[in-house]
Amino acid sequence: MDYTERLSNVTVLGAAGKMGSGILLLTSLEIADLMLKPENKDRHFVVNAVDVTSGALPGLMNYIRGQVLKAAEKKVVMLRKVYAGRKDLIENSDIIEAYINDVMNLIRPGTRIEAAYDSTLVFEAVSENAALKTKLFRQINENNPNKPWIFTNTSSVPIGGLDKDAGLEGRILGFHFYNPPAIQKLVELITIGTNPEGMKEFALQLAKNMRKVVVPSNDIAGFIGNGHFMRDALYALGEAGRLSAEMPLHEAIYAVNRVSQDYLMRPMGIFQLIDYVGVDVVRFIMNVMNPHMPGENLHSPVLDELFDKGVKGGQFSDGSQKDGFLKYEKGRPVAVYSIEKGDYAATEGFAAKADAWLGALPATAMPWKNLVKAADKDAMAALAFADYKKSGDTGASLALAYARRSREIGAKLVSDGVAHSAADVNTVLLTGFFHAYGPVNDFVL
Amino acid sequence: MIAGYNTISMGTGRKEFNPKKERPGLEHYMKEAGQATLAQIGGAGNVDEGVVGNFMASRFNKQAHLGAFMAMVDPGLRYKPSLRVEGACASGGLALVSGIKSVLSGSAEVVLAMGVEVQNTVKAIYGADILAGAGWFPRRKDGHAYFFPGQFSDRAGAYYEKIGRDKARKAMARWYRNAIENARLCPTAQEFENKTADLEAQGLMEPNPKSFTDHLNVFDCSKVSDGASTIAIVSEEGLKRCGVALKDAVEVVGVGHAADDITALPDDLTRLNTIAYAAKEALKSAGITVDQLATVETHDCFSIAGILGMEAIGLAAEGKGADFVLEGNTARDGKIPVNTTGGLIGWGHPTGATGVHQAVTIWEQLTGKAGAAQITIPSDRPYGLTVNMGGDDRTVVAIVFKKTV
Repeated sequence: MDYTERLSNVTVLGAAGKMGSGILLLTSLEIADLMLKPENKDRHFVVNAVDVTSGALPGLMNYIRGQVLKAAEKKVVMLRKVYAGRKDLIENSDIIEAYINDVMNLIRPGTRIEAAYDSTLVFEAVSENAALKTKLFRQINENNPNKPWIFTNTSSVPIGGLDKDAGLEGRILGFHFYNPPAIQKLVELITIGTNPEGMKEFALQLAKNMRKVVVPSNDIAGFIGNGHFMRDALYALGEAGRLSAEMPLHEAIYAVNRVSQDYLMRPMGIFQLIDYVGVDVVRFIMNVMNPHMPGENLHSPVLDELFDKGVKGGQFSDGSQKDGFLKYEKGRPVAVYSIEKGDYAATEGFAAKADAWLGALPATAMPWKNLVKAADKDAMAALAFADYKKSGDTGASLALAYARRSREIGAKLVSDGVAHSAADVNTVLLTGFFHAYGPVNDFVL
Repeated sequence: MIAGYNTISMGTGRKEFNPKKERPGLEHYMKEAGQATLAQIGGAGNVDEGVVGNFMASRFNKQAHLGAFMAMVDPGLRYKPSLRVEGACASGGLALVSGIKSVLSGSAEVVLAMGVEVQNTVKAIYGADILAGAGWFPRRKDGHAYFFPGQFSDRAGAYYEKIGRDKARKAMARWYRNAIENARLCPTAQEFENKTADLEAQGLMEPNPKSFTDHLNVFDCSKVSDGASTIAIVSEEGLKRCGVALKDAVEVVGVGHAADDITALPDDLTRLNTIAYAAKEALKSAGITVDQLATVETHDCFSIAGILGMEAIGLAAEGKGADFVLEGNTARDGKIPVNTTGGLIGWGHPTGATGVHQAVTIWEQLTGKAGAAQITIPSDRPYGLTVNMGGDDRTVVAIVFKKTV
């Protein structure tokens, strides 16, 4: 089965979710490119968009339509050539509309797993529940005569276990997009030894056509991305707990969040990132990973407490941020959750005090949005860390300790055999988390 | 002509411009420009006729019938004759020609001439469809997604063949630099706030055929602009009626107006023959030679159009336009300053307004009202020329102006 044939009937499971919708979009655009090639004009292509939440499907289709419109507007120079033979399509607007219709006509939204029984490729983006994934894969495998390849978007569940439990005979690999898939450049690729011939090559070609940067990861729970993120988050939670001896926990959370954003020059603070991913999701991923991590305890009682109180973060369907560790107004944090009080404490009530406690941020600590545009980001970041080392301020000391722990986590991913190299770890953090510099850097020492 | 006025050329580059927010429409620009000119000529009561140059409000704004907007500008214009004229990007020039003819015919002593276009209502990729209306529609299907950049890219490609790509690209980058440096001197220019240090390096950016055209980059192109310009066209009697001093007027001494077959392809991609014809007619009717011009406003919808325009007007010999520009002749301190407030690339190109904007710029320069952009007008060369082009060299209006005092 060649590349085009493999993509002739694709199912995306969990298509209405945050990740699934992006995967559906990218897959549909790639298949449309194939479909519109003259040599494929007699071939039939289908993308099944399957999600159990029926009510989410109309919104999903609207999202896809809007995104395909944007994609069409960007590549109309090429599309005019693709549709050169259609005499009825004259203006750019005609061509863009035709392209949208062609892409949308590929997609069959529905709620039934049976749609995947004819597929040659299945993308899976359901929740991080190994038992659920296994059940779905087994059901498809037993009912689909095509022996479909399964690309799971799992960010934490070992692939080998899923393969064995679902009886897939190696026809599964990890193809882990980052959120949002349409924007983030990174795909973590997790192959297993029993993958059939050509499966990895197909995955690499697909990722290339989707203009993704591929980083290989070994099949160890959490892989590189969550392997770093979960430990980074646990460190931050531990730091906040330690500092709570000197101040209320919510103020300590504010301080650590600020250090991880402003001092480490990251796109957002660690607690904002946990909220973005979802307090519940982070907790769940830790629970998935923990049994596979002997000698470590990937668990946080604080996450349990927030989860039990219904403080979960994540996003609303329009993409706006739900409250989690932090409370948001117009996307900006304005308060921090106080576990003792069971309510949010406005940052304006304590930020000045906490900021004074941290000390002045050195001028060399550039805002992330400036640093990420700099020509030599590592050199610029190194200047800030050089100043932290000279400074006796609390904020600088916390930042150094934080960055060193981040580096240690990255180095351990290599020594544990999760990542092939420190460069791969850095690439994941640069492209999947939008960091301006990789964690495995000597300037933080 | 007297009492010129330009609104800001609004679009990308202006800090006030936010494509995500609601923006002023045709009415805003027409009122601002129209009322500013009326205030300089003693009010609407002194106006006999109105004429509006506009290209494609019918698509950009879903609005036709622009002649009837004059009475909105000022109630004093109600029931006075007013019309809208169209000749693609030469619509503004046609508004001037229409007004000049009314005055010459004796049917009016004072004509309020306006040009207006509001184009930022759609994304550029859809605007390209609308602007393609300046070409022959049956040719649209085979044209580029960005239709007119595609047309002038073909001209640039032919010019590269003729004189060498390297020299041509350098001259086009110099044209861009001159345009932006001049625009920085004019507060209404779209590129007034441009802070780029090395403009020629920017202008030399390699064209990317995958996302744009084969031979032009975005810096070779004029702006997508919203704006309006007005000027009053008056007889000697009209000048007295408006109470404007002679020193504040410029005299129209020559007009060339030509149109070529829109369904035909250019005879030679490296020549702008209609511009050549109209400019020659304008100079002939003015009774002057090109050497007597102090300044020129030419239609640089693309840098290559500016360079080819230098040859067509007769300022440079055929094939020598690039050298003429590279030698510094068109810079504001050169032999003949061209597009002294930035032209279409630097000041902006609200298509239907451009012809009037060019006249206002020449009026400002010849009456000493150009502010920081003011150039010296030599006493032995008291003339300025405007060249306003519609489509790919299909409709051209060229006008020669003379300093009065």
